[in-house]
Amino acid sequence: MKSENRIRLNAQNISDNEYFFGHKACAGCAGSLAVRLALKVLGERTFTALPAGCMSAVGFIYPQMAFAINAMISTFPGTASLLSGMKAGLKKLGKEDVNIVGFAGDGGTADIGIQALSGAIDRRDRVIYICYDNEAYMNTGIQKSGLTPFGTKTTTTPAGKNIRGCLTHKKNMFEIVAAHDIEYAATASVGYPEDFMNKVQKAAEASTTSYIHVLAPCPTGWGTPTETAVEIAKDAVDCGLWFLAEYEEGEFKLNRVPKEFSSVKNYLFQQSRFKHLTEDDIIEIERFRDKKWDRMKSKWLNEK
Amino acid sequence: MKYEEKMFVSGNEAVALGVCLSRPHVISAYPITPQTVVVERLSELVEDGSIDADFMHVESEHSALSAAMGSSAVGARTFTATSSQGLLYMAECLHYASGGRFPIVMMNANRSLALPWSIYGDLRDSLSLLDSGWIQVYVEDAQEALDMIIQGYKIAEHKEVLTPFMVNLDGFVLTHTYELVQVPNQQEVDHFLPPFETVNKMALDAPKSLGFSSTPQDNLEFKYQQHMAMMKSIEIIEASDREFGQRFGRTYGGMVDAYKCEDADAVLITLGSITGTARIVIDQLREEGLKVGLFKIRYMRPFPVNEIRELGRKVKAIGVLDKDISFGYEGTIFTNVNSALVGPDSPKVTMNFVGGFGGRNISKAEIAKMFHDLLFAMKGKPYDRVNFVNLGVKTNEIRK
Ligand SMILES: Cc1ncc(C[n+]2csc(CCOP(=O)(O)OP(=O)(O)O)c2C)c(N)n1
Ligand code: SF4
Ligand SMILES: [Mg+2]
Repeated sequence: MKSENRIRLNAQNISDNEYFFGHKACAGCAGSLAVRLALKVLGERTFTALPAGCMSAVGFIYPQMAFAINAMISTFPGTASLLSGMKAGLKKLGKEDVNIVGFAGDGGTADIGIQALSGAIDRRDRVIYICYDNEAYMNTGIQKSGLTPFGTKTTTTPAGKNIRGCLTHKKNMFEIVAAHDIEYAATASVGYPEDFMNKVQKAAEASTTSYIHVLAPCPTGWGTPTETAVEIAKDAVDCGLWFLAEYEEGEFKLNRVPKEFSSVKNYLFQQSRFKHLTEDDIIEIERFRDKKWDRMKSKWLNEK
Repeated sequence: MKYEEKMFVSGNEAVALGVCLSRPHVISAYPITPQTVVVERLSELVEDGSIDADFMHVESEHSALSAAMGSSAVGARTFTATSSQGLLYMAECLHYASGGRFPIVMMNANRSLALPWSIYGDLRDSLSLLDSGWIQVYVEDAQEALDMIIQGYKIAEHKEVLTPFMVNLDGFVLTHTYELVQVPNQQEVDHFLPPFETVNKMALDAPKSLGFSSTPQDNLEFKYQQHMAMMKSIEIIEASDREFGQRFGRTYGGMVDAYKCEDADAVLITLGSITGTARIVIDQLREEGLKVGLFKIRYMRPFPVNEIRELGRKVKAIGVLDKDISFGYEGTIFTNVNSALVGPDSPKVTMNFVGGFGGRNISKAEIAKMFHDLLFAMKGKPYDRVNFVNLGVKTNEIRK
């Protein structure tokens, strides 16, 4: 990757062009923000695929098409395979100087689409795969996915007397993807938009597959005010429940190591999906966070 | 690879030759018995430079067809192949590809479906997917397999058709049997099948959204257009058969292929390779003075409704041989044939012969018996609507 001379993108130099607008996403939807920002980075020579899920549901309602670039809904499991096919076809038709990007939800990525994603990375296909993670199957009405955090109340993990929401922690997609020896992978958050955009730019420079996992709050599914999605996405990073990292040339890198975490409880209790949690639940969540951070720090920071 | 004018190849290899001559840009396929040889040969043909295509090593059949759609969506000519469990694993993408109007050509090696597992042939795989919006042709030998791959692209890519095309070959009986085939000349094929051009694709100068959602206001209209494209394909299929004949000297009859049906009293309807055996039976029975004929359905979708009606007007008894069953009813070909015959065109007798499952052979004697059953029924002997061929059990008891 030709990283050194790259101009860092910021709010001032990012393109004014819009490639995703007029869609029907809920007010304050961070998933649609992630798509919009990424496409500003990638530009008009971009082909995109989005599986069944919120972003395709709100972007392709005939005859009102919300993408200004070539776009297509993929099957729910088939984001990565559709992208690979586009890449193969474009290559054979002599069009290689383009970006091919997918935007799939957490369910479309970590659950039903993981096989196709694994296949694409294995083939080293030059496509960018962006997982916008809103931590549940939102389009079908907020059901648990493999990326739903511990304790979350969803419509299939109700919070009752016997079970208090989701019993499992988030699947470690970032490291699953990295374990394929992918050229470039990163985590991001719409709470840190500059970081996200620059990672998209890096991904576009990769000569094989790249993957970005961006946390994208969903006011509707998380039970938060519509104007707070970006704030909450930032909080998630600051309290340590999400992290900003990269995997490049076989090395992991933590982009942000908070000296001190902000309050987990404060992060959780802003969201109605966590309202039912007890002190013990929060201790369990913090314990899991600390364990993960200890491991990431000891393995990924080269403090010699 | 060096072609010769005549080559001794298996059905699978004939398919690979047909693909090679069609100059696809992308091949994305996943191996499954008895189709594997197709993928193996195609990999070799890509490796040795005979085909200038991208061979995608996909990790499943779902991905094979999903990738094929991605490639077709950008305007690339695309091929895939599968069989049985793999075809079912593609099911979501089958409907998706036809709804998206992607003119992909696929070879399907007809094989039984689990459970119980069987790698051998019957038609339950493709016939269970008749409603998926693909044109379905069933070939009788290796030559027809090769020729239909080339014609498949011609028909599928026609701008008034734009519908995916499935070439079905009986597993093992066709896929693994060696025959002498005529290999068409590449230049001639290039004339018959020019490069694929369509406006219905993603392009940098005219960006498009494909594969979108619809509302109740327009879903029916999209599906009507898809249906009309399939109906239109009948004309294109026939024209393609004629043009192919003029250029290469081989025609297959278009939608159907009738053998000695003109003056026949009783006719058996077949699909695929069993037709060859049945033809011999016809010749034998004709020698005995019986007025029998054979009617091969080539295309199950679109369905040759006019040809079958015309047949119904001419003959007194029609038997339908089904290597498949819709459990709780009857063979699927039989249902389709009967629905075409409803009304004044219906012959006196229609009977369903169900058998040949999981690779079970159907002998000449068994086919001869079908004709005798039809002729007896025609003369008034009571008969069953659905008849299992050479059945080894009588009831639902477990076989000892
Ligand atoms: C094969 C298949 N199974 C199930 C569905 C139903 N379905 C559509 S979208 C969806 C959930 C999507 O969740 P996610 O990928 O997280 O995206 P989000 O809606 O949250 O943006 C489900 C279950 C489908 N379309 N296809
Ligand atoms: S439900 Fe959530 S993810 Fe879906 S459009 Fe609304 S805010 Fe966005
Ligand atoms: Mg989701």
